[in-house]
This record gives sequence, C-alpha cells and structure tokens, in this order.
Amino acid sequence: MCAFYKTLKEVPDEEYLARGHRLCAGCPESICVRLVTKAAGRDTIIVNPTGCLEVSTSLFPETAWNIPWIHAAFENGGSVASGIEAALKSMKKKGLLPKEGKTHVVVLAGDGGTTDIGFQALSGMLERGHDVLYVCIDNEAYMNTGIQRSGSTPFMAWATTSPVGKVLKGKMQQKKDMVSIAAAHRIPYTASATVGTGYWLDLMNKVRKGLDVEGPAYIHCLNPCPTGWRFNPDLTVEIGRLAIQTGMWILYEVYKGKMTVTARVSKRKPVREYLKHQGRFRHLTDEDVAEIQRQIDESVAEVNRLVGAEVIGPVQES
Amino acid sequence: MSGLKSYREIPIGAKNVEPGSSIRNETGSWRDFKPVVDMNKCIKCLMCFVSCPDATINPVTFGVDYVHCKGCGICAQVCPVDAIKMVEEVT
Amino acid sequence: MRVERIPLSANYAAAYAAKACDIDVAAVYPITPQVEVAERLGQFVADGELEAEYIPVESEHSALSACVGASAAGARAFTATASQGLALMHEILFIASGARLPIVMALANRTLSAPINIHCDHSDSMASRDCGWVQIYASSGQEVYDSVIQAYKLAENDKILLPVMVCFDGYILSHTYEPVLVNSDEDVHAFVPKNVKRLLDPDNPLSVGVFCMPDYEYEFKYQLVEALSNVPEQLKKVDKAFKESFGRSYDLYETYRIDDAEVVMVALGTTASTAKAAIDDLRKEGEKVGLFRPRLFRPNPVDEWKDVLSKYDMLMVVDRALSLGSVAGPLALELLGAFMNEKDRPQFTNFIAGIGGRDVTVDDIEQMFRKTISGYRSGRIERACQYYGVRM
Repeated sequence: MCAFYKTLKEVPDEEYLARGHRLCAGCPESICVRLVTKAAGRDTIIVNPTGCLEVSTSLFPETAWNIPWIHAAFENGGSVASGIEAALKSMKKKGLLPKEGKTHVVVLAGDGGTTDIGFQALSGMLERGHDVLYVCIDNEAYMNTGIQRSGSTPFMAWATTSPVGKVLKGKMQQKKDMVSIAAAHRIPYTASATVGTGYWLDLMNKVRKGLDVEGPAYIHCLNPCPTGWRFNPDLTVEIGRLAIQTGMWILYEVYKGKMTVTARVSKRKPVREYLKHQGRFRHLTDEDVAEIQRQIDESVAEVNRLVGAEVIGPVQES
Repeated sequence: MSGLKSYREIPIGAKNVEPGSSIRNETGSWRDFKPVVDMNKCIKCLMCFVSCPDATINPVTFGVDYVHCKGCGICAQVCPVDAIKMVEEVT
Repeated sequence: MRVERIPLSANYAAAYAAKACDIDVAAVYPITPQVEVAERLGQFVADGELEAEYIPVESEHSALSACVGASAAGARAFTATASQGLALMHEILFIASGARLPIVMALANRTLSAPINIHCDHSDSMASRDCGWVQIYASSGQEVYDSVIQAYKLAENDKILLPVMVCFDGYILSHTYEPVLVNSDEDVHAFVPKNVKRLLDPDNPLSVGVFCMPDYEYEFKYQLVEALSNVPEQLKKVDKAFKESFGRSYDLYETYRIDDAEVVMVALGTTASTAKAAIDDLRKEGEKVGLFRPRLFRPNPVDEWKDVLSKYDMLMVVDRALSLGSVAGPLALELLGAFMNEKDRPQFTNFIAGIGGRDVTVDDIEQMFRKTISGYRSGRIERACQYYGVRM
C-alpha cells in the first residue's frame, strides 16, 4: 500500500522539475508538475504532449527535467505512454530489465491534448488497460498557442476563438466532463484535483493512489492560468481554491467503481466569488452569473445524489 | 551566430542529455517585485514552498533563490501569517 | 543451421521475420491488404511462440506513436500498415526519424483515396519518401522475410539509427503464396542481437523530442542527412553478412540481362519481376533489352545508380505511382535527379502504369518496350510522361 501524505512536512524536498524553466510567472502547471513528480518519485518516465509545459521546459539546449521525458506529438500522449508501458513489461519478462522495482509511466497532457485532439489515444489507452497514470493539466484553453478555446473551456468563458462581442458572448458550449468519460471506461482509478491553497496534498495523494492501482488511472487537475484567465499572477492558488469553495469544480475520486467526494464544502460560496477575479468572465451580466449559478447548483445536486449525502452544501452569501 | 555548436557537437536526435540544465537560465531577471521573508513572523508551515511555481523557496531555511524567482507573488498571497512582502526592485 | 521451406504470403513472411527478430513490442492496426501481418503476429504471441507485448492500438497514428514510445524506452518495436494507415501516421514518421528510433515497418503498398481502392500502387510509400525513413522495395515474399531481418540490423547500427520501411506490393505479394526459406529463430537472433538504446532511463534521465528554435533545428536535421548518407554502405555490409549467415543476398539493386542492353527498364517491386518474362520474349526476337530494379529507394544510392546506368543510352522508367502535378512519376524524378549534373547521361522515357491495382502484364511491358525502342531508333523519343493504359 502506498504512503499517504498527511502534512506538508511529508512533501519530499527533491525537485524533478528544475528552476529556470520558461513557464509564466505564477503558472499553475509548474506547481502541479512539481507536486505530481514529487509524489511519483525518481523512477518515473514522463510523456508530455505538445503544450505550454512541453515547450517551456525543453527549449534546446536547456531542459528543466531531471527525470526521463519524451515529447512525441500533440494527440498521442495516450499511445506513446502505451508503447512505453508495453516496452517496460516486455523487457522485464525477457530479463532485459531487472524484475524488481517499478518505473512509473506518467502522462502530463494539457486539456487540448486530452479533451480534444488527444481524446482518441487516451480512450484507447484506457480501454486497453495499460498501467499508466494520465494527468490532465487543465488550464481550460489551448494556452500555448495563445488562449484558443478547447472542449474544456467553461461555459461563457472568453477565448480568442470563442470571442466576446455584440453577437457572441464567449463559449456557448459546456465544459466536456472528462472525469466522467474516463470513469466510464471502468478503469480502477479516476479523480479530479486542483492547484489550490489547501488542496496540494489532495492532489499528491491522488497521484499516489493512481500509481498504486494496477491499470490505468486518470487525474484531471484544474490549473488556473493567470495569462489566459486574466488575473494577477499571485492569485493562482487562491483561484484554484475558490473553484472548490464555489462548487465550480468538485474534488472527487472513483476508486474501483465507488465514488467519493474528497473535499466536502459545507458552506458553498456563490460562483460570483470565483468569476469576479477573472478577466475572461468580465463580460458576464448578472443574468449570466445567475445562469452559471443555476448550472452549478444542478451539478452539485447531482454529485450529492450520486454520493448519497450532502457533501457539497448550499450557497451561503457571506 | 557565435558560440553555437555544430551538428556534430549536439546530441544525436532531438534530445537533451543535460538533465536540469534549465538552471542556467536566470529567470530572476523577469521580475519587478521580489519576495522578502520576515523570519520573525514565519511559522514554517511550508505553504510557500509547496506553492512556488519555480521551487525557489528552500523548505529548511526559507531563503529565496533570487537568481530564478520570477516575482509572481504567490508566496506572499498564500502565506497565512503575512510573513512575506513583495518589494519593488529598483535597479 | 536449420532452414524450413514454408508456403507463405508476403504478409505472413513479414510476421515470421518479426518473430524471428524477437521483437519486444508490436503495435499494429489492421488495414487491407496488411491485415494478416497483424493477425499472424497476434497468433504467435497467443501461442507463446513470440514473447512480445502485442498492443491492439485503436489507429495507425497510435500504432506508430506506441512504437515511438516503446523504441525510446529501449524495446525492439515493429509495426505494419498500408495506404491510408501510412498517411495517418505521416506526422509521426518524421518524429520517428527525427528522434532516431530504429523502428521497422512492413508496408503493403496500396493506393491512396479518394476514390477508395484497396489494390496495389506505390502512392502510399512515395508520398512518404521525404520523411527520413529508409525505404526498401521487395519483389518476392522471400525478399520481404529477409529484408525485415536486415532492416533491424541496419536500423540499430550506431552509424544509422533510422527507422526502416520494407515495402511490398499489396495483394500481388501480400496475398500470394510462394515457398519461403525460413531460418530458425535462434540463428536469426544471433544475426540481429539487440542494440536498441534505452533513451528513457531513470538512471540516465534524458529529454527526448525537445523543443528547438531556428538556431539548432537545421543542425538536428542535418544529422539525418549524414545518417542517410551512411545507409548504402552499411546496407551492403548487412547484406554481405546476411549472405555469409544464410546464403541469400540482394545488394542495393537487381539487374537482369542488362550487359549489352540498348533499352534498360527501371522499375520497383513486382513490375520488375514481371518484366523479366517480357525481356526474355523480346530477347528471343533479337531486341537488346534489360532490367534494373532498385531495391534501396531511400536514400537514393546515386553513386551506385550512376555506376551501373551511366553507360546506357535509353532508360525506360516504369512508375507505379503518380507524382501529381509533376513532370514525371516519382521513380523517374529520382533517377533524373541522380543524373542532374552529369554531362554524359542516358535518355529517359517514363510510363506510369498499374495505378489502383490495374494489372501490369507481360504484354503491357512488351508494348512499353516496343514503343520505347521505336522511339529510340527513330530519334523521336516520347519526352512527356506516358499514362499507360488510361482509357481516354
């Protein structure tokens, strides 16, 4: 059984992502990757499809990675990881690698490389049951190419390809529910996580659990992006926390078919508290905010129903 | 293009053989504000260490690696006892 | 040394060769006319005859991506495809060669849509000729078996480190049976000991497939130019060693009754083997004709081509693919390129035949020869590319 981190003092000191990388000041991906790799440890191979993380950490002749890392293309995180996992398995069986010890295979893919272009490869990997941990670092748009909308961009958010004007008001479609989609593949472990104050250990423990199961694990981690969401870079982890406190993002896991909410919220904040900080929602009217509130109330009710208890409480205006 | 290597001097095949070499890149030049930690107030809760995107806060000494700190201000924002202040750098 | 003679189609021959090479990972997506490669490999694994991880990937793009991951992790990886599958893999082809991964692919040549057609022509492999892979064209099931084995030895050579595709005509070779000499797995293992570099190793953590700016991209790509320039010599060495071990050899090209020929036909694959019958017929009539069949197509071994072909007056290039929008078929273009700056060079005619699996018969080749001979004799050589057999 894997070790669970109970306090921040148990977080390992070792850094697997070196300083000097070119991610923005305040970037959530670097925080996420630091924590994920600390939880995974030295014996880990990273598969990193195209995105902010990949270009900012591997610009030749410097690399920020202290662990083995491969970038192949944009849409094949799931398939490259499948190949690596199969190679390790085969080489171990043939005695080309020592049988003891386990090298983890972890995919770090953005929402573009997961929800949209990478969907097929991910689904194939999950269906075939490869022993890989797939972490979606979700900053809710194609940030690397300049903030274009993805399937993971939330309702009414501005992006350059879901623009706001007289006729259109941002993305009119809902955010694709990747956690449910992954869980529907009946894999041993699926979870949502966030880069947010107070939830670092929730993320790290989920990584440990995902690595511990035999077979595929999927973790979808919310990554509030100052550059794309338009907020001051010092608010990154606060926004990640507010997402949970308002019910905009719910932290849960599906472990061997059983769903548990891992971060109960007894007094839910109104969604306005989350939206008001972000420039990408600047155009919302009171009616728009009320509509988003209504949608969140519905999804919260659904989660409570699935879990069989009121784990996420009602909205309380402070 | 002086100082750049020839095709024979770089690794074969789109790879980098110097792990963690990004440390050569002094991203501290990016910032306008730098964090200053008041050790009298600091309770060593490690929230700044864990939240820093650039791993510039030492989890034992709570010193800041100013060569690489980009000045995002997350550490100051997240500190529960207000022990970190963002101070404008005048050069 | 144990040798068995088994009736095999080229598809099965490719699977037998992959098994003999003790591949570690096979990631294959089925597509007509290559399906049997995937099926036979899977059966070998199911029966315990091949100890490999068989990944039933969900697309060809994922097939080659999985091979990229597996090869980078240090495993000997194999895939097979055709036509649309190769086209779907297209972006990963460049990545596999750019990252210098010794992957081997069996390619059953089939035309590219639209319209969709499942039969043989070379448009699929020709559309991928610039992606840095070594391309070998086989003209028999035996050659497919032997070439897959040679391919691993070539690919994993430290001076090469490039992926290799072994091309063979869809249906014509992939589905027809011939007696194939199959060597024992142990003997083949000894011929191709594994030399796949473990790039993804926690004890030596490298970053593979890095991001690069204009200051270095060209240097990385130039490494490919250099590696490809090493291929002709290294493939000759592999072929020589193969002959010593197994008694069979192919060199970089094949010639047939070429010595005193006035007109030499140049063609790949089975069009070339069919031509031998036409050449025999015409020779009986006293016509001086011969054949040059390139086996190594990419890189173009231009020195070898010029060595053999410079002295001939008339080359009749018969392509089995269109290079749409260009002046000639792709094989003709490559040969013209080889002679680009030579003062003394042969004259060329070019026929494009067999598109979409249309049969190229002995009679067709005889007609092409007769037309070329009459043009050559009268001095009125047809310069424009001739689209043989299209109903106008």
